[in-house]
Amino acid sequence: MSGSSCIQRKARHWRKNEPPIGPAREMIHEPSNPREISGFLARTRRDFLRDAVGAAVGSTLVSRSWARATPSKRRKVIVVTFGGGARDQETFVLEGQENIPHLMRELIPQSSFFTQVVNHGILGHYVATASLATGVYETFNNFAAVSPQSPTVFEYFRKDLKRPSSDAWVVAPSNGFNRIGESSHRSYGPGLGARVILPKRLLTAATSGKHSSYEHLLRDNYESPYFTPELAGNEFELQQLEMILKLSVDDFKAHAQTLSSPDELSVYVARQLMRQVAPSLLWITLHDIDIAHAGAYSLYIEGIRRTDRLCSELWKAIQSEPEYAGNTTLFVLPDFGRDSDDDAGGNGFQHHRTGDTLSRTTWMLVAGPGIRENVVHDRAVDSMDLVPTVGSLLGFNPIMAQGRPIQELL
Amino acid sequence: MLPRNLKVEDFAGYPPDAKKLAMSFLPTLRKLPLSFLAAMLREVIEFDFKFPVERKARERELDNLSSLSDAQLQEWFQGFAEISLSPQLEEFDWVKAPAQFVERLSAHLWSTHQIDAFRSASNRYADRLLAVVAPEPLPVARLGITVIGQGVSSYEDGLFRKLRPHGAYYTRVKPEDGLRQLLDAVAARAKSHAAAYGHWYIDGGEAVAHDAALTCVSYAALEPVRTALLRKMQEEIDRPGMGPEALRTLMAQMRPSDVGMGSNRNREPHDEVLDRFQVSLLTEGSGTQIFSTSFTQWAAREALRRAQPLTLLVRFAPRQRQKPMNELLTANTGAAEFDPVGSLIDGDLGAYYNWLNQQRLPGAEQSSFLVWFEGHNKAVAIGPSTPRGTESASAVDLSQLLSWTT
Repeated sequence: MSGSSCIQRKARHWRKNEPPIGPAREMIHEPSNPREISGFLARTRRDFLRDAVGAAVGSTLVSRSWARATPSKRRKVIVVTFGGGARDQETFVLEGQENIPHLMRELIPQSSFFTQVVNHGILGHYVATASLATGVYETFNNFAAVSPQSPTVFEYFRKDLKRPSSDAWVVAPSNGFNRIGESSHRSYGPGLGARVILPKRLLTAATSGKHSSYEHLLRDNYESPYFTPELAGNEFELQQLEMILKLSVDDFKAHAQTLSSPDELSVYVARQLMRQVAPSLLWITLHDIDIAHAGAYSLYIEGIRRTDRLCSELWKAIQSEPEYAGNTTLFVLPDFGRDSDDDAGGNGFQHHRTGDTLSRTTWMLVAGPGIRENVVHDRAVDSMDLVPTVGSLLGFNPIMAQGRPIQELL
Repeated sequence: MLPRNLKVEDFAGYPPDAKKLAMSFLPTLRKLPLSFLAAMLREVIEFDFKFPVERKARERELDNLSSLSDAQLQEWFQGFAEISLSPQLEEFDWVKAPAQFVERLSAHLWSTHQIDAFRSASNRYADRLLAVVAPEPLPVARLGITVIGQGVSSYEDGLFRKLRPHGAYYTRVKPEDGLRQLLDAVAARAKSHAAAYGHWYIDGGEAVAHDAALTCVSYAALEPVRTALLRKMQEEIDRPGMGPEALRTLMAQMRPSDVGMGSNRNREPHDEVLDRFQVSLLTEGSGTQIFSTSFTQWAAREALRRAQPLTLLVRFAPRQRQKPMNELLTANTGAAEFDPVGSLIDGDLGAYYNWLNQQRLPGAEQSSFLVWFEGHNKAVAIGPSTPRGTESASAVDLSQLLSWTT
């Protein structure tokens, strides 16, 4: 559970949704309720995307079928989530687009883009990512070292399709995520989940704890920066570095020294995993943007720009890896948003504590064979729709997930 | 325990003024729903250490509540009454430890999906209160000044993008002696409109010489406090069983004396209200222990929200460059390396937030704001008579600019 400041400020004028000053009311249409604000966000994203990339409205186009697109190779799905969303003013609005050139110019024109993905759950990164992975709004303590209570997408995938453990992997940003690969559900759980790799943990092990040259890559998390939780799960062991990733400790350390952030390390490991293991279901959680919690705006912007670049690199890796090219669907979505500047209960970009509409509403980009390109969908989609959609694409049935398959992608 | 069971002796541990306040309004407190009352008591228990504006606002709020009939109270608090609490919450000692209760309540609201209902109830309450307890007129229109970019020799990218549409952008400001002119103007206001905690100067580095009438907070002056706090945090983190939530609770309970404040070594008058405010910036703010720009923005926000100053001068200073969190939290890592350009970008948004927060206060329509790129010739002025979205290439010094704006 995040340290959410749930009590709204009651001071005179110090309250949410108040337009900044009188004249501003004349210039800006201020949506007044959550549904209207969500719709406003969706329209804003759509309009800016249309202007920038000439995207079409989803309902006007006809879907191509997946089967026609990938007749022979085994289907694969890669999900990229951001722990810590980026707000529209730093991304999709006109002045923010300079921070996401790769999304704007490369990825969105090849994608179906959903402008309104709403997260109704707890806005803490571990519990929210676990909710995305189970399709159920989990309610456990965000900072607890626990497994999700509902079966994960990995368990459905492996059990229904009888896939080995090597076919489902998670690359996670912090030690707190080490249990995300499988649930505590008695019908699923141990032995049926994904293998979890924690690149920072791996680097710590590779450097035998002497990591003065790598410290910039070893930040555990930003929501609660003071703690690195003790590990107790099926985390990736050092000896598997060479066996699975085919990397010597020296090579791994040498490459890590060329990287500038934890997310770069995660993407490097993910690419190595794609090359050497080629899992059919790969989940990567990025976290650099969440430096915003430290309150330094310039570092938050750097995080957005880096994440934008890394998403592009992953997309290019998908195109260039023979095991993935032509048969892989990529999902990119923040786990949730961040507080708006207009909510006096928060502190703008810094946190996601108010539960306001902006902090709950985000977007999703989906690309790959069979996915309509350059299309924008405005209708509201629930975060919990991800797992059922992946299930429909890969052919398993997530029976306990709360969402529904997104028809525009099937 | 439920609110209706509140007794006089339950407040025995409250500081004197807080106890007196609670006693005066005990019949009213008994009628409030627990989900609201705990948040109210969190403020009441700190009453002795609140700024004058806060004390007055709390008294007026309680006066209003005590004037309402039972039926009116029911109507005002219906949203809060509908919040479902767990037996564990109801059994918690929320009178003695309201802040800890509110933390647990927050977790409960999120995990039971009641946070949105709680937000709605809070906003409805704030609207109603605003409608019946109107703010008192200000003795002088509020003025906010923010100075950014200390230590940056040149910066070509656009500045003040968010503020320019609301005021006039000046491109030929005379930078000579600019900070002194601003401090003199602030001091003059403090003398002509004297008010306790009414005129503030917040510096993200070392405060320059300033008039004693100003309430001053500086990041450099708090260095020993930050060091002591970080050391304490590290000790707590190393304890078995300590977790993020327990640490947060512990930090929220820290008092000035816990981190070496108030020792009165220099025999200066001791200001418990300001000391507690400063400690809260470090214990409740996120990143304020590490980055001076985060501290400065948060300090300004909290000063505006709580003390509602008539004048606020905020000067951002370079923050240390980004290092790993673990390293940043270790207090003795040698000389810090600075990131002046990153700090300028931080300060640029910080200035916008300062203006936004100022506009949330009473008298917003008459208030003025100035942001200046320190040592350079760029500034934006916003005021009731300043044309919006305009640009001026007139040569002007900051004193003139202030006189035109206010």
